[in-house]
This record gives sequence, structure tokens and C-alpha cells, in this order.
Amino acid sequence: MDFHFSSQEETFRQEVDDFIKGELPANWAEESHYWPGGYGTIPDFEELEPAAERFRRRLAEEGWLTLSWPKEYGGAGRSNMEQAILNERLSYHRAPGPGVATLISGPTILLFGSGEAKREWLPRIARGQIRFWLSYSEPNAGSDLASIKTSAVEDGDDLVINGQKTWSSGAHVSDYAWMLVRTDPDAPAHKGISLVIVDNRSEGITIRPLINICGFHSFNEVFFDNVRIPKKNIIGERNRGWYYAMAALDFERLVVPVGGFKRTFDELVQWARETKRNGGVLTDEPLIRDKLADLAIDIDVAYMFFWQTAWMLDRGLVPNIEASVLKLVATQLSHKLANTAIDVMGPYGELERGNKWAPLKGRICTGYLDCISGLVGAGTSEIQRSIIAIRGLGLPWGGN
Amino acid sequence: MDFGLSEEQEMLKTSARDFLQKECPKKLVKQLDESDEGYSPELWRKMAELGWMGLPFPEKYGGGGGSFLDLVVLLETMGYNIVPGPFFSTVVLGGMVILAGGSEEQKKRLLSEVASGKLILGLALTEPDAKYEAASIKTTAALRDGKYIINGTKLFVLDANVADYLLCVAKTKSTSKPENGLTIFLVNSKAPGIKCTLLETLARDKQCEVVFENVAVPKENILGGLNRGWQIIQDILQKAIVAKCAEMVGGAQAALDMAVAYAKERVQFNRPIGSFQAIQHYCANMVSDVDGSRFVTYKAAWKVSEGLSATIDVAVAKAWTGAAYSRVTLLAHQIFGAVGFTMDHDLHLYYRRAKAGEIIFGDGAFQRTIVARELGL
Repeated sequence: MDFHFSSQEETFRQEVDDFIKGELPANWAEESHYWPGGYGTIPDFEELEPAAERFRRRLAEEGWLTLSWPKEYGGAGRSNMEQAILNERLSYHRAPGPGVATLISGPTILLFGSGEAKREWLPRIARGQIRFWLSYSEPNAGSDLASIKTSAVEDGDDLVINGQKTWSSGAHVSDYAWMLVRTDPDAPAHKGISLVIVDNRSEGITIRPLINICGFHSFNEVFFDNVRIPKKNIIGERNRGWYYAMAALDFERLVVPVGGFKRTFDELVQWARETKRNGGVLTDEPLIRDKLADLAIDIDVAYMFFWQTAWMLDRGLVPNIEASVLKLVATQLSHKLANTAIDVMGPYGELERGNKWAPLKGRICTGYLDCISGLVGAGTSEIQRSIIAIRGLGLPWGGN
Repeated sequence: MDFGLSEEQEMLKTSARDFLQKECPKKLVKQLDESDEGYSPELWRKMAELGWMGLPFPEKYGGGGGSFLDLVVLLETMGYNIVPGPFFSTVVLGGMVILAGGSEEQKKRLLSEVASGKLILGLALTEPDAKYEAASIKTTAALRDGKYIINGTKLFVLDANVADYLLCVAKTKSTSKPENGLTIFLVNSKAPGIKCTLLETLARDKQCEVVFENVAVPKENILGGLNRGWQIIQDILQKAIVAKCAEMVGGAQAALDMAVAYAKERVQFNRPIGSFQAIQHYCANMVSDVDGSRFVTYKAAWKVSEGLSATIDVAVAKAWTGAAYSRVTLLAHQIFGAVGFTMDHDLHLYYRRAKAGEIIFGDGAFQRTIVARELGL
């Protein structure tokens, strides 16, 4: 057992810190309203910021956008631990980081795509030239994702797509849909689904904004009316899409924003230290100290789950329950952080962004809203618990 | 970073688990819990033969030359099975104090007897205010005719009822800084003036009231120097907390394993109850509590074992693990239903120990005051 970082890892961490400080505008982290563990405040989802785009391009130039990918596809061939260190630092600085293309599409193509698909998509993803949005959920297929209805029917060399997707985060600022479609309506639900890539510029696509409870345009509903895509845009084997999508769930785990929790916690502590109450400062009060210590403990636990997952990946172990535990722990922490921060700040914590009295630029107030998206998005807490119980502990499937 | 155990540690874990399954079945655990002695001399002897009592002590003192981390691995396994008896008092509390503060002669004599299973020790530290602070020590030791005379009442002393020696922490100097006036004495538990009364407790652990009335102790029995006891106690408390966390991790894992096995076999509404979401989600919550406990406990254990500063890590581990173990056993009870509420069942053994573990060496609220202080609040 050893909980040190290697000297190479320490050096890399410093390199990343220096890079971020050099490449991002100085006040980026203070100005950002990004809330760790939420999906509604991810900077690029609302609109494309030139500074964020520049930063992402620089990350790509370093090979860091796809740090742990093999070099031949534009990666840097680094370890998962280094990937975890990079993600931790990016989230600490609230910096724009990897997206659907680099986290889900790329690794899936690497694992299951044809040689042609690899050549077509991977270099552009690694260079940060193209963005994907996750096109899974439908109005009647949420937790029961395998019940999707959007169809793709063969017509010559094309597939013709009809249907509707929803909760489509970032669809309005992306280039391609990474999409689950039904290609065999007669097969059992899981066995008639394929994974396809759809160009956002295709004729027949309508994107309508949905405004989330933070007041931001982060997600959309997207309609497909006879949209044609070439058959070569099917990734892997036809009708195997469900299994690829499930495998891809395990790729996402190292993006849990532990650094973001730490950053916001540090800011909260700093605020409490400077806030005068009852002839002293807020951090003199035993109840406030207890609440802050309790948060610090939870953050430490989340970090341990995070590093442990990276360690498992580097040893070739498949952390599938760990991925669900990590998601569960992190999103619960996201809520607890916002909730405790409001408790500590009192009415000041309720002040929205833009108000001159609002501490931390109103980030806490936004966070209290955005943390809901973490608890219900990308598989609700309940779905995660079912995955842990059934996949992890071998409890019987009850048709639930 | 390496979250894995070494090959030797894995072997220790497996062999200890096999041994305890065979030699310390739950029937024996319950018998011992209900007995006054609380341990089996036969099992004690076998554990000594396996080298468990000497595991963390250097070979030159008759020990096994293992690390603190090795001991933690063993304790997790013992916590999984439950092993009633004075192992914790003798090895973790007593033996570690002697290793830290004993003279060369004391270490040679006493640690080799601990390692061979001949000696049982108890740490007489806490008093009626039940705190782990220097200012709480009211028991005094006054020099008279070349001997120290100890007077006072120690409370919640583990295993004093069977200990051969008690390590008694007493005030030897009145000073505004109480931590600079405390001394550890090695006291023969049969010495005249000692009165030991067994307390009946939730976890059936053998906690005692020990009254010292004019107990005379020779000067040579000081451990770690006059007025220099508290530093040693603090160091040992840190190790004791991590060691207790390790036991708790094992116990929580056992409660989880029991509950999952039962959920797979118990049928209601014509299906195993483990197929119901409510039960599945309880189990999932238990997994995250058990795994989280293990990670923070081993991080703290590794730091302590390596001699690194670990104050905050130890407090984090205790606060989290104590609460988590209690949560896990409560959910396990929910899964077992009425059968878990019977004395015949094993689960209550864990449920009781979880609460005792949460409280001993400082509860969650106490640990969080340390975390807050260490964060510089």
C-alpha cells in the first residue's frame, strides 16, 4: 500500500497547474458559475465562449484532451492516474475540460469501432475540432432507456431517422449527435438498438431549447424528421448499440469533479473565516466548525473513491460498481456542499448571481439548484444503487 | 499510488480468516460475551502461537517484526469474525505504549511476554468524565519513601478484569499545562489497594471501574519518563483509533456480506427479497459506506505506519467509519427483520460493537473538532 503520488505524477500535477494558470483568463475561476456535480452549469453548454475554445485547443495541442489515449490516435499514452490528476486540477480551476466526444464517443470508437471509423473520427476528436452531444433520453425513455422509440430504417446506403430526443445537453453547441436508435423493432428491447453518429447540420433536425431551473439554456429537445445518415455512421455492429452504451458508462467515471468540490469548499471556508459575527468570526462558532469539518470529511472520502478508481483502471481492473458508487457519492456531495454552504451563510447564501451582497458571486445559490441535475441525470441515484446491487452484489433482477 | 495489500498481507488476511472461522465460531463469541472473563485461554494461546500478539513488535523483543499496517490488516480480519478478548488492550494499547515508552529492559521483558501470550495488559486512562484529554486525569501518584502512591478512579478501562498489568496514567505534577505533568505507571493488577469492578455494557466488551487506593508502585515501573506520559498516550491513541477503525471496517463488511446473502435466499411475495429495490438500495448504500470506510482507514493506517503526520486523516477515518459502521448494521437489521432481533442471531453482535466503536476514543463530533482545528478554522 502507498498513498503517495510518484514524483512523475507530482511533476505532472505542477505542470498542469502552471498550464491552466498560463492559459485561462486570470479571473476565470472566480467568474465561473460552474457547480461541481451538476450538468446545468457546464460552461460550454450554454454558449461557446471564445476563451474556453482557445483553452480547449491548447489542451489538445498538449495531447491532454485525450491524455490516456494511445499516441497513434492523438493521445498522450499516459496513465489513468495522470488522467485523474489532470481532471482533478481542471475541475479545481473550473476550467473547460473533456466532453462527450473525448469521454464517451472516442473511447467507444477505440474499443468497438472499425478501422475506418477510427481514422475518420479519432484524430478530429483528439484535436478538439468536433463536439458531440449525448443523444440517448427520449420523452418516454428515461431510467428505462432501452425502451427508446426513435427509429432508423435502412434505405439504400442510408439510414432514415425519425423520432424525438430530449434533455439533450449541449445539442445546440455541438457538431454531432452520439445517438441510440432502434434498428430492429421486432427484437427484444436491448437487442434492437444501434449506436450512430448524426451530423447536426443534416436536414430534418429541429433543436428547441429547454431552460433549466438555474435559468440557463443547457439542454434541449431535438426532433428528427426523415433525417438521412450514411450506414457507415453505425458504430460497431448493428443492434449492439445498447451494450456499447453500457460499456461506455464505465469510461465516464474519472470526470467526477472532486477538485471542484475542494475549490468551492476552500472558498466557503475562506468566506467563513472573514465573516464577522458576535464579536468574532464565523469559524469561531462550534456548530459552523462542525458543519465545515463534516463536509471536509465527505470530500476526503470522495477523493479516495476517485483515486482508487484510477488505480483500478491502471491495473486493468474494471471498476463498474465503483463507477456507480463514485457517481452516487459525488452527486450526494454536490447537494450537501450547496446545502451546508447555505446553512453556513444564512440568507446571504440565497442571493443570486449579480447581487452586490452575494458571497462567492452567488455561486452557492446556483449550486443549490444545479445539484439536482447530478442526482437525477446520467442515471438517477436509484438507478446507480440498482446497478451496484445487481451488477456488483449479484442480487436478483426483480423486473423493476 | 497503490491501494493494494502486499502478498504477505493478503496471506495474513486469508490465513487469519480461515483460522478464526474454525477456532472462533459465533457460538464461542456469544459464550465469551456472556462470560465474566470475556476470553478463551485456549484461543488466546493459539493466537499467540500464530504470532499475532507479537506481530507489530521488533524481533529483538520476541515480536514478528511486522508493520503497523500489518496489524491493521489483522485487526480488520478480527473485526470481520469478531474475536472477544483482550487482544486490543494487550497489543494495541498496552504493547504499543511499552514499545513507545519502555526502557530497553522493559521492552525485552514485557514485549516478549506479550508476544508469547503470557501477559495480558490493560490501559487505565479514562476517568469518570470519560474524555481523552490531559486535563481529565485526576488520579494522582505521589512519591513517598521511594515509591509512588496512586490514588484515584479509572472508568471504562477495557479488560482490567483479566489484565496482569495495568498501565495507569496519573498526575505527578500540578501545572497549568496538565499534559506536562502526567506519568504512565506499570501496575501489577493484583497489587493491594486495587479494586476492579466489571461493568455491564452494550457490546459486552469488558469495561471496568478500577479504583486505586494507596497503591504503591516502585519507581522503576515508570514508562517513558516522569511527567512525560501524555505524549506517548497521544501517539498511542492515534494508533488505537486507526486500529479500532480497522476492526470496524471488518465488522461492517461482515454485516454487509450477511445481509446480501440473506437477501438472496429469503423469499417473500414469491421472490427473493433481494430482488426488491428497497432492499437493493439499502445494500448499495452499505457498499458505499463500507468501501469509503476502508479507503479512509487504510490511508490513515498507511500514514501512521510510515510515520507521517496523520492527525487529520485519523480524525477523518474515525468520524466517517464510526458513523458508517452504525448505519450499515442498522440497514442490515432492516433486511433481516425479526430474526435479526433474536439473541440466537449473529447480527446484534455487530450492531452492538458498531455503536461502541463509534463512541470509544472520541465520537464523530469530537473528531470533527479535530478536523476543524487541523483545517485551520
